[in-house]
Amino acid sequence: MGDRCAVIGVGQTRYMSKRRDVSIAGLVREAALRALEDAGLTFADVDAVVIGKAPDLFEGVMMPEAYLADALGAAGKPIMRVHTAGSVGGSTALVGASLIQGGVHERVLVVGFEKQSESNATWALTTHLPFSSSLVVGAGGYFAPHIREYIRRSGAPPHIGALVAVKDRLNALKNPYAHLRIPGITRELVESTPMLWEPIRYLETCPSSDGACAMVLAAEHKVTGTPAWVHGAAMRSETMMRAGRDTVSPQAGKDCAADVYRQAGIADPRRDLDVAEVYVPFSWYEPMWLENLGFATEGEGWKLTEAGCTALDGDIPWNPSGGVLSSNPIGASGLIRFAEAALQVRGLAGEHQVPGARRALGHAYGGGAQFFAMWIVGSEKP
Amino acid sequence: MREVAVVAFAQTRHSAVDEGLSEPELLLPVIRAVRESTGLRSFGFTCSGSCDYLAGAPFSFVSALDAIGAWPPISESHVEMDGAWALYEAWVRLQHGDIDTALVYGFGKSTQTDPYELMTLQLDPYYLAPLGLDEISYAALQARAWLDAGGDEKTMREVVRRSRAAGRANPDALDLPDPPGDESHLVEPLRPSDVAPVTDGAAAVVLAAGDRARELCERPAWITGIAHRIDPHYLGMRNLARPASAADAARAAGAGKGAIDVAELHVRYSHEEPILREALGIPDGTVVNPSGGPLAANPIMAAGLIRIGEAARRVMSGAAVRALGHATSGPCLQHNLVTVMEG
Repeated sequence: MGDRCAVIGVGQTRYMSKRRDVSIAGLVREAALRALEDAGLTFADVDAVVIGKAPDLFEGVMMPEAYLADALGAAGKPIMRVHTAGSVGGSTALVGASLIQGGVHERVLVVGFEKQSESNATWALTTHLPFSSSLVVGAGGYFAPHIREYIRRSGAPPHIGALVAVKDRLNALKNPYAHLRIPGITRELVESTPMLWEPIRYLETCPSSDGACAMVLAAEHKVTGTPAWVHGAAMRSETMMRAGRDTVSPQAGKDCAADVYRQAGIADPRRDLDVAEVYVPFSWYEPMWLENLGFATEGEGWKLTEAGCTALDGDIPWNPSGGVLSSNPIGASGLIRFAEAALQVRGLAGEHQVPGARRALGHAYGGGAQFFAMWIVGSEKP
Repeated sequence: MREVAVVAFAQTRHSAVDEGLSEPELLLPVIRAVRESTGLRSFGFTCSGSCDYLAGAPFSFVSALDAIGAWPPISESHVEMDGAWALYEAWVRLQHGDIDTALVYGFGKSTQTDPYELMTLQLDPYYLAPLGLDEISYAALQARAWLDAGGDEKTMREVVRRSRAAGRANPDALDLPDPPGDESHLVEPLRPSDVAPVTDGAAAVVLAAGDRARELCERPAWITGIAHRIDPHYLGMRNLARPASAADAARAAGAGKGAIDVAELHVRYSHEEPILREALGIPDGTVVNPSGGPLAANPIMAAGLIRIGEAARRVMSGAAVRALGHATSGPCLQHNLVTVMEG
């Protein structure tokens, strides 16, 4: 795993449908300045910048690190641009951490963003490569069959998705940065919204958000303030088209979790972790990932959700921030998971703080549920 | 830093026309070649570089995973940058000490688009892109800045002539004739032959650390320095004739600490070669772009990685003791990466 690395600053923008008051550069700079302020540093203290976002077609700016170098104080420094589909925010944090773990830099600024109002993500995801046919309309159309297969296999009752949608939106009310705020949201309200991609209803899907998230990562001898130490970090990818691939519970997700648990000494994630921020863009992905990540045995994940185990006051809170279901600036969404995990173990999560959280999982996935990025952060030095 | 070396390099026989191959089909033979030369089936880490906009669709790197056969699942990441930066990320990952090998690749099928026009989308979308400058036009601004700072067109013509001749001797590069004497300007002061050709292609490199490198390769190309830097984006904020980021990257990579037998430079426009020679401190005796460089074959997103591979190849063959590979990105040499390798 290399040298020790810690999160010493986190910055987020208030996620919303349209940030008309700022340019893309203004948006990423806002998050970066807040992260630096949290760390008590300035751009001059940063050795390198890593920026991540989902496909460039989302804003129509190709390889935007060239344009954003100035706004992120990167001029004269190294900058990297990561792109690993929906998992990119998580991968961006890991590439930044890698620069410190590899002993190359001492302080790294990582930034993820999406300004979805500049374009239409669903249609950007729907164009296809030459010589191939487009099989889907947007991400919901792609993932709905996987969810239906999960329901068939597990025998989960149909209301589980709505429970997740309600739980995450209630958590969002406690997070000042969350996009969707639906006071008094109930299962009945969720179930009354239109069916988009069966079984995913309107309120069971993530919003389209503008937003950016940033973190300052530091080597051990540069740690200031309240750190969140990186206890484990891993990425895994698998092919999209392999026949026999289990898209409901992908092997890459299992392997990635096993790797990160091994590094952090986690034997039983439900028992050994205090909180998890997991990439759940469609409600049903909570029970699916509960099983894939080993918090529940196969077919049992939905029972944890139904019993309230993943609620803020449950034994293993999932997405106390409100998660991707409440805020989804796509390229930042994974980074927000990683950053919220760090905020929890730093004890700085505010109203959605899980009391006494010492170890937290940050998780992101992308592509056809084939790219995974995870880290475990802790309040104590590993 | 941990000792890390290039132990294998392969590239496609690059093409100026669409040969009907998909991106994974371009990639497959070069992945096979580096697997065969190292005997490795799997790698501790894999990293790639590509650009969605060449295909006009999101996730060009996803289908590439099918080409490398990512099963069982692999530890893998991707940069939306030239493969040279994927190599940098892999080199950093190897510094952790827990893995010993990495596969790096880059690929681009530029014939699917007009890459010069496409590069307009790389500019600040509010203040620069609306001006409609294509890549050739802003490269011409840089060429003019260099000419005004004392450069001369004769040097540019000589760079083109030498690069194309070297390319004709390189079986993987395009077969381009000597530039005609009466070539008219495309965008003054650039003529068509000053511009790197539209090219399809891919490349792969294997990195290995320490003793593993010695096992896999008789004469590994040890990376003694690798660094990159970016300049401000706005052309008006830079001295276009002297890219500070290139000089800084060369300094950080220790380029000047010894003689350089061979330098492979990411020259997309002929005037960039003299600019880079000066900025990187390339001595007069150094052989520059013996492969022909991008002026003889420019598969976007692989061309920078190929520079590192071509330089490494000469160290691995014993033809060079110390070699430099350079990659660039962004308008007018905004972002520069320098790798120094020794036998």
